[in-house]
Amino acid sequence: MIEHFSYIVTVFLMITGLFIVMARGNLIKKLIGLSVFQTSVYLLYVAPGKLVGGTAPILAPQYSVYSNPLPHVLILTAIVVGVATLALGLALAVRIREAYGTIEEDEITELDNKVEVLEEQTGPRP
Amino acid sequence: MGNDLVLRVVGKLLIPFILMFALYVQFHGDFGPGGGFQAGVIFAAGIVFYALIFGLENARKVMPDWLVETMLAAGVLLYAGVGVAGLLLGGNFLDYFVLAHDPVHGQHRGIFWVEVGVAITVCGVMLKIFYMFASRGLAEDQK
Amino acid sequence: MAFAVLALARTRNLFAAVVLSGAYSFLMATVLVALDAVDVAMTEAAVGAGVSTVLLLGALHLCKSDEAKPAHRPWLPLSVSVATAALLVYGAMGLPDFADPQAPIHQHVAPRYLQNEVDVPNVVTAVLASFRGFDTLGEVTVVFTAGAGIIALLRRRKHKRAGDGQ
Repeated sequence: MIEHFSYIVTVFLMITGLFIVMARGNLIKKLIGLSVFQTSVYLLYVAPGKLVGGTAPILAPQYSVYSNPLPHVLILTAIVVGVATLALGLALAVRIREAYGTIEEDEITELDNKVEVLEEQTGPRP
Repeated sequence: MGNDLVLRVVGKLLIPFILMFALYVQFHGDFGPGGGFQAGVIFAAGIVFYALIFGLENARKVMPDWLVETMLAAGVLLYAGVGVAGLLLGGNFLDYFVLAHDPVHGQHRGIFWVEVGVAITVCGVMLKIFYMFASRGLAEDQK
Repeated sequence: MAFAVLALARTRNLFAAVVLSGAYSFLMATVLVALDAVDVAMTEAAVGAGVSTVLLLGALHLCKSDEAKPAHRPWLPLSVSVATAALLVYGAMGLPDFADPQAPIHQHVAPRYLQNEVDVPNVVTAVLASFRGFDTLGEVTVVFTAGAGIIALLRRRKHKRAGDGQ
């Protein structure tokens, strides 16, 4: 059990992120949940690369055991790409807020339904 | 926020060091932790700090919009350009061994320019995103 | 860290959520240092705690900062989450032990990366820019595309807006 502790932490964070994404209607809250999910993936990648007694993968003559550098590289780029896509999502949320006046999912769906009903009554807008 | 004396003084003191640290991270990335991604982000964070304390307009004077937008594309072009340079010198795409007479030296040169390209693009994107959100907020306030 | 995440899930004030996610990022950075991933930790501290907090605050400034009360209790998402968690933990038990030197991840390409063929002491930089240079080119292009998308989404179009009002 203790050998798999890092995986359990990862799963816990992942599930919390998933729960926030599913249970919350607010778009910004959903994005925060997605970023929590993302950090759990960082942990999932980096944790197996660790070796007991190893040091950071910067070569020096006095060390011989290093942690695995490959996950570090993958996650390094993933973090920066992650923040860029997070910003893209926020930009979308801001635009939605300007178009609908709200960022709550339920209210947006309600507004969409109202528009559809109106269109059925009066015919499609030109 | 711009009228707080403590913030202004501390900001003036710290911002040069933040920018210096970004450059250190960039050029020392071969030997210690660091590299293009981190350097770009730290540099952008320094400018964002400046914008938060001294106002967006002053930050725009330091880093005008056209410069940021050029940086956005220039970094990717520089990165791809290193690849094409390898191609022209008779290697494969992104093959650094041909960039200098000594293969290892060529690797150093290739890594250096690629990291510079990464830093420029990342810094440009972060600054552009911040400018976009911040200028929206200002326009909203004036309505 | 678990407390920070749970508080994040519970709070309805978005401002508090943003500040909590910044704190969570710093905690994650310290965990990454403990796992020897210094480069990643540096990026996470600068990006997660610095830039993305500022961006979230900027977006909050443009939107309302309070979340609406959900119409119903979140039992369905909760049960789905717990079921998924149980499945994932069951699957994780089959993975190699923590810090096992015989795990496949340490046997594949990593030993070759650590031989220092390009004479750059920081292996992360060497792998990033040289061994997996094409990969990184793709990542930079993704970052560039995201920036271009945000410019397209948020750029002000004054004359178009006037006729768009309906």
